[in-house]
Amino acid sequence: MSRNDDARRLDRRTVLKCMAWAGTGVVWTVAGGVPRSAGLIGAARAAAPGGFTFVQISDSHIGFNKEANPDVGATLRSAVEAINALPERPAFVVHTGDVTHLSKPAEFDDADQLLRGLKAGPVHAVPGEHDVLDEGGTAFRGRYARESRGAGWYSLDEGGVHFLALVNVVDLKAGGLGNLGEEQLAWLEDDLRGRSASTPIVVLAHIPLWSVYPEWGWGTADSEQALAALRRFGSVTVLNGHIHQAMQKVEGTIAFHTAMSTAFPQPAPGAAPSPGPMKVPADRLRRVLGISRVEYVPGKAPLALIDAPLAGGA
Amino acid sequence: MARYRHLPGAALAAALATPLTAAAALAAEPAEVRIDNFTFNPPSLTVAPGTVVTFSNADDIPHTVAASDRSWKSPVLDTGQSFSFTFAKPGSYAYFCSLHPRMVGVVVVAGP
Repeated sequence: MSRNDDARRLDRRTVLKCMAWAGTGVVWTVAGGVPRSAGLIGAARAAAPGGFTFVQISDSHIGFNKEANPDVGATLRSAVEAINALPERPAFVVHTGDVTHLSKPAEFDDADQLLRGLKAGPVHAVPGEHDVLDEGGTAFRGRYARESRGAGWYSLDEGGVHFLALVNVVDLKAGGLGNLGEEQLAWLEDDLRGRSASTPIVVLAHIPLWSVYPEWGWGTADSEQALAALRRFGSVTVLNGHIHQAMQKVEGTIAFHTAMSTAFPQPAPGAAPSPGPMKVPADRLRRVLGISRVEYVPGKAPLALIDAPLAGGA
Repeated sequence: MARYRHLPGAALAAALATPLTAAAALAAEPAEVRIDNFTFNPPSLTVAPGTVVTFSNADDIPHTVAASDRSWKSPVLDTGQSFSFTFAKPGSYAYFCSLHPRMVGVVVVAGP
C-alpha cells in the first residue's frame, strides 16, 4: 500500500469514526417527492404539506440476550412507543433487516407482537442475514415478503415514490461481501425500465450498498451494477442497516444512509478488533440507542459523509 | 449447550494433496478451532487423516462453518455451541462463515 493510499484510508477511517451513532429509528419526510430525514424519533418535525412520513427501524435482533442488551424486546418496544408518539402518523414503517437473531419462529412471533403495537401503516421489511438462517428463508418471506420474487425481493409504490426492497444476504461467497446476484440485478433493471427519471426511488437493503468498511464485510460486492441502473433517476435514497450505526453519504443524485439498531450498537469501522455487539454500561444503553438527532443535508462533494455528533443531541 | 456432530468424511471435496513432511508425525488426535472476534483460530490448521476437528463459537454473534465449495456446512452455531467434522482424506479444505463471508479458514489434511 502506498503512503498516499494509507493517508487516504486513515482520513476515511477518521471521518467514519466521527460518524458513530446508535438509536432507535429515523423519520423520513417525503415532500415534493424528495425524501429528507426529519430528525430522529423524539426530535421529529411534522411533514411538509402534501408530503408523507415514514419511519426506518433496523436490526432488532429479537432473540438476542447477551450482555450488550439482555432485553432487546424492551428496546424495540421503546422504539414503537417513540414512533407512536410522533406528531404525524407515519404512512408505513420500513425495517431494514435482522428482525430476529436466529430466524426462530418464536422470535418472529415476538417481533410481530411488538410491531403490531405500531400506530402506523404496514411494515415493509427486507431480510438481514439473521432472518434467513432457516434454509430458504421461508419464515421471513412468509411474514414480510409474500408477494416477492427470487430470494424475497419486491417493489412497491407509495405516494408517488417507488420502493425497491432488495435481498443481499443470501448465497454469500467465501471471502466476499453482501451479494445481490445476477437474477436480482436483472429483475431490478427490468423493474426500473420505462420508469420516468423524475420518479423518486427509495432502495431498501440490509447490508450497505456502498463500501462502508469492506474489511468487516460492510459492503455489497455487486452493488455497482444496481447503482448504475439507478443513476439516471433524479432522486435515489438508499436505506441500509447491518452496521448498527447511522452513516450518510451522498454521491451525485444517490443518498446513502445506514440506520441505527434497536438492539445494540456496534463499533465504528476499525475502532475494535472486529464488529459485533458493543457493550456499554446498562444505564447508558437506552441513551445510546435512543437519543440523538440526524439532519439530512445533501452534500456537494463526492464521498461526503454528513452527520452530527451523538452527544448533545437531546 | 448443543454440540453437533457431522461425520460423513470430507471426501467429496477435490483432494489437493499437499505434501507436508512434518505432518507425518501428527497422530489423528482431535483438534479445535475457536471462533472469536469474527475469526477462525487458528485460521490454518494442519492435521492427520481422520482427525475430528471441533469448531467452537466464542462470539456473541452466531456463525457457521461452511466448505467454500459448499460440500458441507454446519448448523448455525450460537454462542457456546460447537460443531465437529471428520477430515478423512488428505487435501486442503477451505471453509468460511456463510453469514460473515470475510471469515475464512483452511484445514490441511496431510498425507499419511
